[in-house]
Amino acid sequence: MSELDAARDRFLARAPAPDAGPGGAAWLRALRAEGAAAFADAGIPGTDREEWRYTNAAALARIPFEPAAPGAEVAREAVEEVAVPFFACSAFVFVDGRYAPALGAPPALATGLRVDGLAQRAREGAPRPAALGELADPKQHPFAALQAAYLEDGAVVSVPAGASLAHPIHLVFVTTGAPGAPRASFPRVVVEAGRESRALVVQDHVSLGGGPRFTCAVTEARVGEGASLELVVLQREGAETFHVGNVQARVARDARLASRVLSLGGAFVRNDLGVVLAEPGAECDVDGLFLGAGDGLVDNHTLVDHASPHATSRQLYKGVLGGRSRGVFRGRIVVRPDAQKSDARQASANLVLSDGAEIDTKPQLEIWADDVRCSHGATIGRLDPDALFYLRSRGLAETAARDLLTRGFAAEVLQRIGSEALADAAGEILVAALRAEAAR
Amino acid sequence: MIEIRGLRARAGDAEILRGVELEIRAGEVHAVMGPNGSGKSTLAGVLAGRPAFEVTGGQVLFEGRDLLALAPEERARLGLFLAFQYPVEIPGVANNYFLKAALNAVRTARGEEPLDAMEFLSLLREKAKLVEMPEELMGRSVNEGFSGGEKKRNEVLQMLVLEPRFAVLDETDSGLDIDALRTVAGGVNALRGPARALLVITHYQRLLDYIVPDRVHVLSDGRIVRSGGKELARELEEKGYGWLETQPPAPGAAP
Repeated sequence: MSELDAARDRFLARAPAPDAGPGGAAWLRALRAEGAAAFADAGIPGTDREEWRYTNAAALARIPFEPAAPGAEVAREAVEEVAVPFFACSAFVFVDGRYAPALGAPPALATGLRVDGLAQRAREGAPRPAALGELADPKQHPFAALQAAYLEDGAVVSVPAGASLAHPIHLVFVTTGAPGAPRASFPRVVVEAGRESRALVVQDHVSLGGGPRFTCAVTEARVGEGASLELVVLQREGAETFHVGNVQARVARDARLASRVLSLGGAFVRNDLGVVLAEPGAECDVDGLFLGAGDGLVDNHTLVDHASPHATSRQLYKGVLGGRSRGVFRGRIVVRPDAQKSDARQASANLVLSDGAEIDTKPQLEIWADDVRCSHGATIGRLDPDALFYLRSRGLAETAARDLLTRGFAAEVLQRIGSEALADAAGEILVAALRAEAAR
Repeated sequence: MIEIRGLRARAGDAEILRGVELEIRAGEVHAVMGPNGSGKSTLAGVLAGRPAFEVTGGQVLFEGRDLLALAPEERARLGLFLAFQYPVEIPGVANNYFLKAALNAVRTARGEEPLDAMEFLSLLREKAKLVEMPEELMGRSVNEGFSGGEKKRNEVLQMLVLEPRFAVLDETDSGLDIDALRTVAGGVNALRGPARALLVITHYQRLLDYIVPDRVHVLSDGRIVRSGGKELARELEEKGYGWLETQPPAPGAAP
């Protein structure tokens, strides 16, 4: 039996029975059963699958991850420390994927805004959140299937129609760990942005304690008519982390999604992002920043689906690759036959900091309509030696100058984030990760 | 303050400096003039430690220390400053952020306390006035989208903030109209003092009407071929660099 098959069987054997765990809502059972069946079918994808050609999941399959048990002890101060900068605003804390209300900073929520634990919803017999299981198709995405097989808890954010949130909603996903005890957690996030609403949601993945860990996350977001949702996924779980994240969004008429996927620390990171521009006037702004360090791998696969006319998409992914790391960017744009007047732009810019690092970047355009504007471009470069000399000639140490230039390279992505505090914090995290890399 | 002895340097395969001799004392302003390709910018780059140039011979002493053995940032921290002929655009790095980091690196090296954000801002405002630098440019990326004149003002502004002991101005006048030239020169003159020295590199005499030098040197084909007082600049302006070739070398000029 291959490593991949063995890992599939191991994950399936440890998955909760469909009727186990908190709450017996029929919808939760059905989603689990569907996920388990799809994952049994697909297994852990091998490099023979086109979508996984550059990313060998065998590294993940080789480690015997055990699902994290509920009830890990976590101190609020410890979460506060890792979940800067705006923890105090509106933080909701999840430990190993499970909602831990006691650890959050109980925010004064805007009228009508709801943030719930998924398990709690199921326990209370509430109906299935409309977006849950609607956007991330387990048959398309093997890891979304795996996540569904373990579906238990997560965050449900419902922004009421017309609401305009003054503060970001900060969802903090903490994984716990212990050296030598590989743990897996399976968080799910559902965001429903009502008509004409405005919100910024931050899905922040951090870690406490040492040891290898695997986070298998799925996020589903529905952006209602005329709404504007900014969704920031900030991943920084550290050098022993395997993180496979899947974000799927549907953008309605005249609505706008801004997605920022920031991958700033992990051994193996794979992000799948899918946006369906479902109705005329839909718009998405899809940005990414990823850092490869050590022997790490960071892979971003995006799919922007122009399913309707007069929709606009703009993508900017920036990669910073140090050490012997590998980066992958594959950006797919599909323009459907009736999606006339689509405007799709994609840019991939990559900064290679060391001789041992590598980046594979590849656009993939599938255009079935004839009256469209579509562009893409990719660059791969090094730090500009003239700029480096300029900064050093003013007294900055070479390391400080390199960090400043690298941060400057990332700035184009960070500056677009709707929260300056978060953008600054992400810049600091990037520099701290570069320093840690240099100190290795 | 600075002694340059037999300095030779190359860029790629081409030998550009072929034995430069120059000494500048504290309180003095020297000008180096010369035709295009004579090695003026190479001299400036070598003094600041530009990696593209390879020093193949000679010595530079900065207050008695072997300058050429130091990294560019170490030179800056000792008080050397180069105003670039072509200031570099650095997207994503804010001018004021960069300059505060640079100043605090220099201050720390001098054993002074770093400035906090408020202290730095008031210093920056004061110096920006001297070169009529609009404040909104300070929050923008370093030199990005700046006009030629704004870039040169920014160089002089950085110099005024960092307060070097020895500054090299590499064709700071190029691309400036007469008003901008006057402003920039005013900024440079504000730095003059008995404890500082300046080396002004220029193709034209024009700048030297505003920054009046104590000595003028002519660089040609990688060597100082003539030295004199400020009147030498005017003479060159009138007669052109071709005139030099008909003159015997100045006494004391390197062979």
